[in-house]
Amino acid sequence: MGSLNLIGAGLVVIGAGLGLGKIGGSAMDAIARQPEAAGKIQTAMIIIAALLEGLAFAALILGK
Amino acid sequence: MVISKKPVRIILATFAGLLSSIAFANPVVDTTHVATAVTHEAHATTEVAHNEASHGDEHAAQDPKDKVTAYIEHHLQDSHDFVFFSDEKEGKHYGFPLPVILLDNGLKVFSSSKLHHGEAVAEVDGNYYKLYHGKIYKTDAAGTISYDEHHHPTNVKPLDFSITKNVMSMLFTSIVLFLMFTGLARSYKKGAIPTGFGRVLEPLIIFIRDEIAIPNIGEKKYRKYMGYLLTVFFFIWLLNLLGMTPLGINVTGNIAVTVCLALFTYFITQFSANKDYWGHIFWMPGVPVPMKIILMPIEILGTLTKPFALLIRLFANITAGHVVIMSLIAMIFVGKNIYADMPISLGLTLFISVIEILVAFLQAFIFTMLSSLFIGMAVQDHHHDGHGHEEENVII
Repeated sequence: MGSLNLIGAGLVVIGAGLGLGKIGGSAMDAIARQPEAAGKIQTAMIIIAALLEGLAFAALILGK
Repeated sequence: MVISKKPVRIILATFAGLLSSIAFANPVVDTTHVATAVTHEAHATTEVAHNEASHGDEHAAQDPKDKVTAYIEHHLQDSHDFVFFSDEKEGKHYGFPLPVILLDNGLKVFSSSKLHHGEAVAEVDGNYYKLYHGKIYKTDAAGTISYDEHHHPTNVKPLDFSITKNVMSMLFTSIVLFLMFTGLARSYKKGAIPTGFGRVLEPLIIFIRDEIAIPNIGEKKYRKYMGYLLTVFFFIWLLNLLGMTPLGINVTGNIAVTVCLALFTYFITQFSANKDYWGHIFWMPGVPVPMKIILMPIEILGTLTKPFALLIRLFANITAGHVVIMSLIAMIFVGKNIYADMPISLGLTLFISVIEILVAFLQAFIFTMLSSLFIGMAVQDHHHDGHGHEEENVII
C-alpha cells in the first residue's frame, strides 16, 4: 500500500464514520420519539448501515 | 436492551485488573535485555529458514513483524492441508492432510501429505507436482519453477478440484445443517412442539420468516424463497462461527465463497423477476424518454452492483475481523515485554472476539435480509395508480 492509498483509506473511514454516526444518531432520535417502533427502526438502521459499510469496504478493497 | 449489573461489574473489575499490568510495560533494563534476545533468536531462525527454503525461494521472515504478517496472510488463504500449529525450529507441522484431486490428463487423486507443505515434489503416475504459495504447479522431477518478469510462475497449473480446508469446512457445515434440520423436521411428526435441539432452531426459523421474509417479499410469495433464505442464513452463520474457533478456518473470508453465495442471490433474483421489474430496468415508467435512455444502463449496472456489494461486505467484514484478532494476539510476540503485553493483548482479543460473535450473526442476518430485499423488489406487484407508487420501493 502506497502512502496515497493510505490517505484514501483514511478518507473512506472518515466518511463511513460520519455516515454511521448520522444513521445511529437519527435512529436514536427516532426511537426516543417513538419507542414502540424501535424494532422497525433498528432493522432499517441496520440495513442502511450495511449498505454504507458495503460501499466503504468496496472502496477500501478496490483501493488496496 | 437491559444488561444486568453483575456482568458489567465483573468486566470492569477484569479491566481494572488488566490496567495495572501497564505499570510493567517497558521497564528499561528488562526491555533491552529481552529485545536483544529476541533479535538473536530471530537471526537464528532466519538462518534455519534460509537453509531449509534455499530451493523454494520462500521470502524468509526477517523479524517477528514480517513473520506475523506472513502468518496472517497465510491464514487468510485456503490451503491443501489442515495445520493446527507448527514447530518452526524442527520444521514440523501438526495437523492432517486432505485429498488432492487434479484434472491433468485424467483424474489424479493423492494425499496432500505427499506435497510436504510445499517442501517436496509429489510424484503421481509419472507427473511431478509442487505446491507454491498455496497453488499446485506441474514441474519436472527436480521441482524447478520458472518465473516471468513479474515473478509469476509460468509452470502449467492443472485444474484443481481438491478437498481443501475451505471445502472440507463447507462439507462439514452442510452435514451439520442436514443433521440439525432433519432432526427438527422429524420431531414435528411427534407433535407440534419440537424436542431437543430443535427448540433452539424453531425461534430462529420463525424469526427469519416473520422479520425477514414476509416483510420484504410479501405474504403471498415468501414461501418459495424460504428454503434459500434459511439455508444461506444458517450456512453463513455457522461458517462465521467456525471461523471464530481456533481451528484456523476462514471460509466466509474467502472471496470465491462469497462470490458464489452472491451469485445464487443474483440468479434467483433475475429468474424470479416479473414484468414490472424488467420494465423498471429497461423502460422506466413515469419519466421523459431521454431520461429513460439514460436510466437504462444505470439500472442494468444496478442489478450487478447489488450482489457485488453483498459479496464484498461479507468478505471484507470477516477478513477484517480475522486480521484484527490475529494482530492483537501477535502483539504478544511483537512487543518487548511478554509479561506486560500478554494481559493487554488477551483482554483486547476477548473484547474483539465478543464483538466478532455479534458480527458473525449480523453478517448472516444482513446477507439474508438484503437477499430477501432484492428478491422482494423483483417479485412485488406494482400498482400503477399515478403518484405515490415510488414509495413502495422504499426499504421496509
